[in-house]
Amino acid sequence: MLRFMLIRILQALPVIFVVITATFFLVRSAPGGPFDQEKVVIPEVKKALEAQYKLDLPLHEQYFAYLGDLAQGDLGPSFKYPGRSVNEILFSGLPVTAELGFYALLIALCIGVTAGVFASLRPNTAQDYIPMSFAMIGICMPSFLLGPLLVLVFGIWLDWLPITGWGDIPGDKILPSITLGSAYAAYIARLSRAGMLEILSQDYIRTARAKGLPEWLVVTRHALRGGLIPVIAFLGPAFAGLLAGSFVVETIFQIPGLGRFYVQAAFNRDYTMILGTTVFLSTLIVFFNLVSDIAAAWLNPRLRAQFKGGSQ
Amino acid sequence: MSTETSLSLTDAEQGSSLWHDAWIRLSKNKMAVGGGCILLTFILVALLTPWIAPYSYETQNLDLGATPPSSAHWLGTDIFGRDVLTQIMYGGRVSLAVGFIATGVALIIGVTWGAVAGYVGGRIDAVMMRLVDILYALPFMIFIVLLMVIFGRNVLLLFLAIGAVEWLTMARIMRSQVQSLRQQEFVEAAVSLGLSPATIIRRHVIPNALGPIIVYTTLTIPSVMLLEAFLSFLGLGIQPPQTSWGLLISYGAETMEEYPWLLLFPGLALTITLFSLNFLGDGLRDALDVRGSKD
Amino acid sequence: MSLLKVDNLSVSFHTRNGSHQAVKNVSFTVEPREITAIIGESGSGKSVSCYAMLGLVPSPPGRIDGGSALFEGADLLALSERELRAIRGRDIAMIFQDPMTCLNPFMTIGQQLIEPLRLHKGLTAKDAKVRAIELLDEVGIRSPADTFDSYPHEFSGGMRQRVMIAMALINEPKLLIADEPTTALDVTIQAQILRLIADLQKNRDIGVLFISHDLAVVADIADQIIVMEQGVMVEHGSPDAIFNHAQHPYTQKLLAAIPSGHRTAERIKPDPLIAVSHLRTWFYPSNVKEPVKAVDDVSLEIHRGEVLGLVGESGSGKSTLGRSLLRLAPITEGSVVFDGIDLTQLEGNPLKTFRRRMQMIFQDPFASLNPRMTVYDTLAEPLLLHKICDRKSLDATIATLMDDVGLARAFIRKYPHEFSGGQRQRIAIGRALATKPEFIVADEPVSALDVTIQAQILELLIALGREHGLTMLFISHDMAVIRQIADRVMVMYQGKLVEQGDTEEVFGHPREAYTQSLLASIPGAALSA
Repeated sequence: MLRFMLIRILQALPVIFVVITATFFLVRSAPGGPFDQEKVVIPEVKKALEAQYKLDLPLHEQYFAYLGDLAQGDLGPSFKYPGRSVNEILFSGLPVTAELGFYALLIALCIGVTAGVFASLRPNTAQDYIPMSFAMIGICMPSFLLGPLLVLVFGIWLDWLPITGWGDIPGDKILPSITLGSAYAAYIARLSRAGMLEILSQDYIRTARAKGLPEWLVVTRHALRGGLIPVIAFLGPAFAGLLAGSFVVETIFQIPGLGRFYVQAAFNRDYTMILGTTVFLSTLIVFFNLVSDIAAAWLNPRLRAQFKGGSQ
Repeated sequence: MSTETSLSLTDAEQGSSLWHDAWIRLSKNKMAVGGGCILLTFILVALLTPWIAPYSYETQNLDLGATPPSSAHWLGTDIFGRDVLTQIMYGGRVSLAVGFIATGVALIIGVTWGAVAGYVGGRIDAVMMRLVDILYALPFMIFIVLLMVIFGRNVLLLFLAIGAVEWLTMARIMRSQVQSLRQQEFVEAAVSLGLSPATIIRRHVIPNALGPIIVYTTLTIPSVMLLEAFLSFLGLGIQPPQTSWGLLISYGAETMEEYPWLLLFPGLALTITLFSLNFLGDGLRDALDVRGSKD
Repeated sequence: MSLLKVDNLSVSFHTRNGSHQAVKNVSFTVEPREITAIIGESGSGKSVSCYAMLGLVPSPPGRIDGGSALFEGADLLALSERELRAIRGRDIAMIFQDPMTCLNPFMTIGQQLIEPLRLHKGLTAKDAKVRAIELLDEVGIRSPADTFDSYPHEFSGGMRQRVMIAMALINEPKLLIADEPTTALDVTIQAQILRLIADLQKNRDIGVLFISHDLAVVADIADQIIVMEQGVMVEHGSPDAIFNHAQHPYTQKLLAAIPSGHRTAERIKPDPLIAVSHLRTWFYPSNVKEPVKAVDDVSLEIHRGEVLGLVGESGSGKSTLGRSLLRLAPITEGSVVFDGIDLTQLEGNPLKTFRRRMQMIFQDPFASLNPRMTVYDTLAEPLLLHKICDRKSLDATIATLMDDVGLARAFIRKYPHEFSGGQRQRIAIGRALATKPEFIVADEPVSALDVTIQAQILELLIALGREHGLTMLFISHDMAVIRQIADRVMVMYQGKLVEQGDTEEVFGHPREAYTQSLLASIPGAALSA
């Protein structure tokens, strides 16, 4: 297992490196310098600014300087807000986005797994059709549509819940979390239904029934573990999706998180900020893919055994 | 002898091919058939929009302003007095075009890549699929946002960028199909008959790999359309004067308090399309008996 | 009193595509301390009737239409699901056909083994473990304490079946239902498991209901035999009555289909068509350092006009050897000389010319035909490729081929999924014969078929072989089949040839220990005696 993890980590490193390099050169190749928009920059000031941001150096030196800074965890200063470093901005937004993502994932897992497992127990009955219809709606109702609709219905027409902010008024975390989590709840419901159906048709489930196990034990003890492996493996990609979804949700609900900063940076052409956020988010995503891969492999004894040899 | 033979062969009972069986199964699936019909209608409307749109796309009527649905404007007008139905029809052209073209790009690249890797096998396969693995691990959503920021919001670029993301799964599906088919005994039988690799791929591999590809293609279109709408909503996708459903939803969301129909109708158009595609895809999956392609 | 008394049991399945009665008014009894065998081909309803009694037939689509099944006086069919659960795994236990899929791969052997004990007897985990290890020992598992904490995938099929048996017996059931428990196993393992079941039955004084498709298997162990055909019980009686005085024509047909006897060995003058020398086919799996030596230094000759039988258990490399001869598996070393030409040196067109002269028939008629091609297209492909006939005479040639393999010409436009297993195998044989080959490799061509169909296909192969003067390599794990069809026999074990000789010589006086153990494992000693 240790070897499996090691291999996976070694495979992830080049990906992160590719991301850093590609992002860096993409951003640097963007048309127009960062200060071109500012109207009243006199040449001397511009030069001084460029020196400060190391823009006067040849490109490859800039690249290595950036790699050097990165190695020390320094993402550099923001172009747009000269007083603040990218690190500062990132870490002010991170806790908010992390909390939002956590709630959304919690909603997605609780609702999704429950609905999927229930549907799989009586396929092609109402118990299957009803939750799966909702799942279909969830998949076809993107967050950028669901969010405004929820705001309209529960925030404005019914006036039950606050529609902006994060942690300012009680209850203002409910709508954003639901908006972000619902699509994933739908996906997870479909995934766990398919996974459970697959496992429930296996011979060893019949063995368990032949032992006289009650149905709930057959499901929880024998079926659930195998049936939910696809869900665990999906969590990595889901995490990436949640981050991207936070761009929209944080914009709709005006939440000061990473996603909103990223979108703002994109509009402001704040290149160091874009670069820094991309690198940071990408690393996070690669990391979570890694974790969900390893977790899924860990749950499968056969895979676990395959890599046992190397760890001794 | 020969007369008897020809007689008995023309008398032969017509068999029912797997495609035919699948078609029968699909046509019994009401949701899938419904989805297919709606989709066809939408595509037809999108193609004919310039001729059948009730109003002109650009004409503004600032005096009129935003009005709720009426007999003159079935779906109301927006704050510039433009007909919402017309807007949705033109937006649908773009949204559907992005969905189909980007999926087409993904299809061509992915199927070719996967088929080659799967059939050639060995070291070349390992290298080709390793590349797919690496690209798979890249956070593409963020990359697309980045691309759109840096190179401007260009529709062509959007097609390419989305197509470039979606081909990966297509390649994986195709490869695993080809690989498992290659080990099938009927392919071995074809080898032992002395058929050339090209003929084997054309006659024995591709027809049998087609099912999962069709299903996955149908399910890729809605996810591509979602991606486009997502970017357009953020202001990073389609730009005015062009429009798309994502963009219309984004405008609608800004003014939904006063003019909710500006949000509801474009949203409905997008949701119905996604529903249709997903139902059709699920129906095809059942009809073609494809397992474990995506979920 | 009978242990189990089934009366007028009827079971049907109702799906969207219509209804189908799987079991029709079946009545039988199982006595305590006896082995009762139910024999039937696929679709005979033999398994369904047993599953139905225990409430293991999924409903819908399954439905029990009527009848009763008295187990110790209580009607199993009338019990609630809850009451039935209390009996399943405690008083009635089951073992199944495929030990590879019947154990939960996500749980250790021990966790699965103690489940029935904890459930029905309320034992603590500790006591249950002690009991489980005792039982693992009893069913012949070495180092049972280590086994307890292992996962199923670490064991071979035979070992898993032992674990399944231990799990079934752990609560001292009164009735054991065994559904084809040896069908998925190699012949030597099958013999061991059969002996184990028979011994355990005797020692523990339990009743056994043994479901099988193979008369020979139950011949040695059954006290009573029930024969089923298409949901109906056609005959029942003692083994002696069934084997020697069968009344029903179906039973007689089944008995006749048991491969028996041997070929009247025509003295074939040694004229090698194929000479293989020092052939090695090794595979290199990516995550293992040691290559898999599927075929390791094999030399042999196949003479013109003979049927050479190749016997071996799974993993012995017999299939790989067959494929290597046809250049379908990558040869690592050695030579295969076909009619004077070394095939290993050929590529491209010259190889294609040789491919016409040698063909293959595969085991699985479901997988060996392209599901998207009609019979006509399947047969036309080799004919046109090798220009056996021109387009004008194509229809006539195909019609003749259909006649040859015994298929109605009217089926020519049909697709493989519209045929039964036996018919598909006929199509596959037709395809192999289309190129008018001199040499055919038949890789377990009858193993996937029901026993009566198996007899028909064997007959067809023998007749066609004679008619076309074919040389054949006939690969099988079934000694009886080999004895029936082969002129000479080779025995393969772990990639090497261990013995070869004329069929009757090898069967009558095996020299090698491995061959002897193979022959000793052939079920149905009671039959031939």
